[in-house]
Amino acid sequence: MSERRWTDHPLVQLTRVRYREFFREPEAVFWVFVFPVLLAAGLGIAFRNRSPERTVVGVVGNGPAVADIVEALRGDSSLVASSMNDSAGVEALRTGDVALLVVPLAGGKVEFRYDDTRPESRSARLLVDDGLQRASGRRDPVMVADRLVRERGARYIDFLVPGLLGMNLMGSGIWGLGFAIVDARKKRLLKRLIATPMARWQYLTSFVLSRLTLLVLEVGLLLGFGVLVFGVPLRGSLPLLLLICLLSSLAFASLGLLIASRAQTMEGASGLMNLVMLPMWIFSGVFFSAARFPEPIQPLIQALPLTAVIDALRANILRGAGWHSLTGELAIIVVWMVGSFVLALKLFRWR
Amino acid sequence: MRTNHQGIALQVRKLRKVYHDVVAVDGLDLEIYAGECFGLLGPNGAGKTTTIEICEGLNTPDDGDVVVLGRRWGSDDRALRELLGISLQETQFSEKLTVAETVQLFRSFYASGPRPEDVIAMVQLQDKAASRVGQLSGGQKQRLALACALVGDPELLFLDEPTTGLDPQSRRQLWELIEAFKADGRSILLTTHYMEEAERLCDRVAIVDHGKIIALGTPRELVAGLRAEHVLEFALAGPQAFDEHPLRGIEGVCAADRRDGTYRLQVEELHRTMPALLQELRRQGAQLAELRTHSATLEDVFVSLTGRHLRDE
Repeated sequence: MSERRWTDHPLVQLTRVRYREFFREPEAVFWVFVFPVLLAAGLGIAFRNRSPERTVVGVVGNGPAVADIVEALRGDSSLVASSMNDSAGVEALRTGDVALLVVPLAGGKVEFRYDDTRPESRSARLLVDDGLQRASGRRDPVMVADRLVRERGARYIDFLVPGLLGMNLMGSGIWGLGFAIVDARKKRLLKRLIATPMARWQYLTSFVLSRLTLLVLEVGLLLGFGVLVFGVPLRGSLPLLLLICLLSSLAFASLGLLIASRAQTMEGASGLMNLVMLPMWIFSGVFFSAARFPEPIQPLIQALPLTAVIDALRANILRGAGWHSLTGELAIIVVWMVGSFVLALKLFRWR
Repeated sequence: MRTNHQGIALQVRKLRKVYHDVVAVDGLDLEIYAGECFGLLGPNGAGKTTTIEICEGLNTPDDGDVVVLGRRWGSDDRALRELLGISLQETQFSEKLTVAETVQLFRSFYASGPRPEDVIAMVQLQDKAASRVGQLSGGQKQRLALACALVGDPELLFLDEPTTGLDPQSRRQLWELIEAFKADGRSILLTTHYMEEAERLCDRVAIVDHGKIIALGTPRELVAGLRAEHVLEFALAGPQAFDEHPLRGIEGVCAADRRDGTYRLQVEELHRTMPALLQELRRQGAQLAELRTHSATLEDVFVSLTGRHLRDE
């Protein structure tokens, strides 16, 4: 018999098992660490702020009027006008290749054909109208000057990184706990464990401990990537940011525990997880603002844990919001954390 | 022999467990002496696993009393678990851990016990200590399960179907390990539906069917209870009618029955019964398709008690 080292403590052993199981599963490592960074990189590049895009419009019809219009619009650097025949024009408008069609009519009139629900078509209408009127000799009574302001923190990537961070915290918390526990139950490993003198709280605590350490890596990697590659600003206090991440991770871990508390099969568990996570992916404002959804369902959306997490992260990272302005979000997160945990302990089945 | 609980390691009285409308255990009594290896032998669904899991404190009885090492489940279960070694039916350990890591994990749950590497050596997995569990064969996994049952240096070992699904060689290897622990003076309760296993390992055997014990004794006593040392089985060719009544009158036949076209005779002395049987067959003009004899086993005890084979289901 040997002297017991601290590594022989069941909690240490159980937590190490969590790490081993996680890092020896390449897929899990990919989805938790690599995928969010790839997603941020892809979306960040796709929606990067470029020099203002040029709007393409088509001029259809025959005769000299067409050439005149194309010539008149050449003066506006934000417009590209090209002449095309009628059917090609209709096709181009339908597929969105052009934002608007300009059709010269008899008597010097001009018809605009466009879809008024498309924002770029509406702006194309203003630009083309402006160009044509000026070319015909309109004088503007008010002189205006443009001064361009491009601010870090207002770009899509700045909006996206906190969203992805929240989504990642949710995914790794719910999947990380849910699958591991249901798998152990299915393999009757849970039953085998409670046949030993192991304290049950130690098993559940090992998940919390491993989540917390993995959390540092997860958050560090994604935020580090956002800051270094895209220059996402970190305007809030770092301890507060860590606290938000910590509480969020625990809240989602509790939710994962709750989902896994009864499920006997992987299929049942993944169905439940998707059922829980899908609404949050859609409504909680990962990729676009949750404020876009109709007013009547806003209270529901605001009560979702991921909405609170992402709102808090954005407020901290982008606006530098302090403790006081985040109490609402933090309260929602804590309620989810405690509520799910208490319910999970009540429902949990070891067999 | 270790700690003495009046010489009784496990006592079960009037145990009853009902699942919905299925009676899994139906008033079962059991007494296992300290230092003995006791076998619950029976077909699948006989209630063996339910019984052993209630004894292990993993399932609760509807009725009855269970005393394990002088204690009852429900108060200070943790202290009791320190004294038990358990191998469940079909536990799959995490495939991503190595053998050494798995044993080390289980060792950490017990206050005292041998070193993990010593347990691994005991079950002869030294060469596999660094291998992932997922790469082990069925026999090696069962030996790992045994190692995890032994890390706490248990007084009482529960083994639920320790060799089910193993090839004969792995099975024999596991038997040798279990025999070694038995020699250590531990008490063992094992369930099995292999009669050879029960015959080889168990000091006493209880034959279980439909949640009840239908026979109890040493393997030798049970077989001797048949009053016949041999079993003679034969089948006939052709469709002609055969009168089985005269069979019982043949010299040395203790019992005769017929199942699925096979006649089965329990016989005291083969050399006297055989010629008489052949004469009877000739007299009725019957033709033999098959003829087998073997020494009586626990399987024959089960068949003679229930009319079914152990591994029918």
